[in-house]
Amino acid sequence: MRNLIDITDLTIAEIDELIQTACDIIENPDKYCEACHRKKLATLFFEPSTRTRLSFEAAMLELGGSVLGFSEANSSSAAKGESVSDTVRVVGCYADIIAMRHPKEGAPMVASMHSPVPIINAGDGGHNHPTQTLTDLLTIHREKGHFDNLTVGLCGDLKFGRTVHSLIHALSRYSGIHFVLISPEELRLPSYIIHDVLEKKQLSYEETQDLEAVMPKLDILYMTRVQKERFFNEADYIRLKDSYVLTLDKLKNAKEDLCILHPLPRVNEIATSVDNDSRACYFKQAHNGKYIRMALILKLLGVEIPCI
Amino acid sequence: MHIDAIQNGIVIDHIQAGKSLDLYHFLHLDDLDCSVAILRNVNSQKMGKKDIIKIDSVLDMDLGVLGYMDAGITISIIQDGKQVRKFHPELPEQIKNVIFCKNPRCITTVEQEIDHIFKLTDRENGIYRCLYCETAAKK
Repeated sequence: MRNLIDITDLTIAEIDELIQTACDIIENPDKYCEACHRKKLATLFFEPSTRTRLSFEAAMLELGGSVLGFSEANSSSAAKGESVSDTVRVVGCYADIIAMRHPKEGAPMVASMHSPVPIINAGDGGHNHPTQTLTDLLTIHREKGHFDNLTVGLCGDLKFGRTVHSLIHALSRYSGIHFVLISPEELRLPSYIIHDVLEKKQLSYEETQDLEAVMPKLDILYMTRVQKERFFNEADYIRLKDSYVLTLDKLKNAKEDLCILHPLPRVNEIATSVDNDSRACYFKQAHNGKYIRMALILKLLGVEIPCI
Repeated sequence: MHIDAIQNGIVIDHIQAGKSLDLYHFLHLDDLDCSVAILRNVNSQKMGKKDIIKIDSVLDMDLGVLGYMDAGITISIIQDGKQVRKFHPELPEQIKNVIFCKNPRCITTVEQEIDHIFKLTDRENGIYRCLYCETAAKK
């Protein structure tokens, strides 16, 4: 039985396979509309989320399956003090696959150790968010056609931004990637990722606080939100939340084929005036999230799609 | 001071001076019925001062984790009064319930009866990270 806890659980070949499947779903949706008939997805969201949960649910429904679950810890047995391991043992009796979001880091891994059905990590605190990374990779693939030799700017909250951590892990396995890490001093990428991933793999990277200065060299600009829920101290959040706001003016010197990504939701870090720019890809990215999750559900359930 | 040589057992040598009691408690040597000698602040040419623990019994215990506790120690296995093996314990790939995750966001802070597992992610620098949240262990 396979789980997806960390993006590195998947080989490059498996990621390529998921991307190919997602592209095939986009091209031939009818082929997949009954692929998960009579299968059930449980979405266990111990932390509020709108798009990730709906994306999972839409993915399963489009595969002809059903969904059940809860959208906040207060409406689950966790409010009564039940452990994660007991919760997944029980839910595994009712569902064929589980997507779990939890505020505590490592909760989906604990779940995978006890669950009788595959577990998908739908975000664990500030740690990992592998299906967002698959979404990001599918979007980069569809927009750029390749992963190698890209200059990738990651901007905003690089400290708590789990999507950034997972994306760096994933892209670090391709060749010729140059990372540009753009953040305020307090929200720099954690040293363990710099040491264990970037330096250990001898990857090219630079750190800066000046978004406009590095804008002309970027092929990808990945914006992130400064997440209020990751701060223990509200004063720190207020001080840092407006560190970077992307506007049309700041895009003046950007490449014509720059691809602007954002895991969403945004607050104010991308001005709405950017939305109609051809380089804004974040709503396409949200759309792609459903297709890559469909591909992932198929893979983890071991569903074979006959060639038509 | 004279301590009898042991016939069958284990000698843990080159322990940092003053650390032997930590190892004694960590290995639960207080649970043993056999003779256990703790020598503290023994003169050492190499270390100046060192601690030694002698256990007069053949034990089936995981000594590998001592490599995490103190990388400099030496373990000698004694059989019939003779040293048959001497080695430095290597850093184990995984340590269970020896160190505890300090990350307040880690699932180990709330999940009941969960094993605290740390895995070796950087042998060169002896860095262990929590299996669940990847926070580095602090000694």
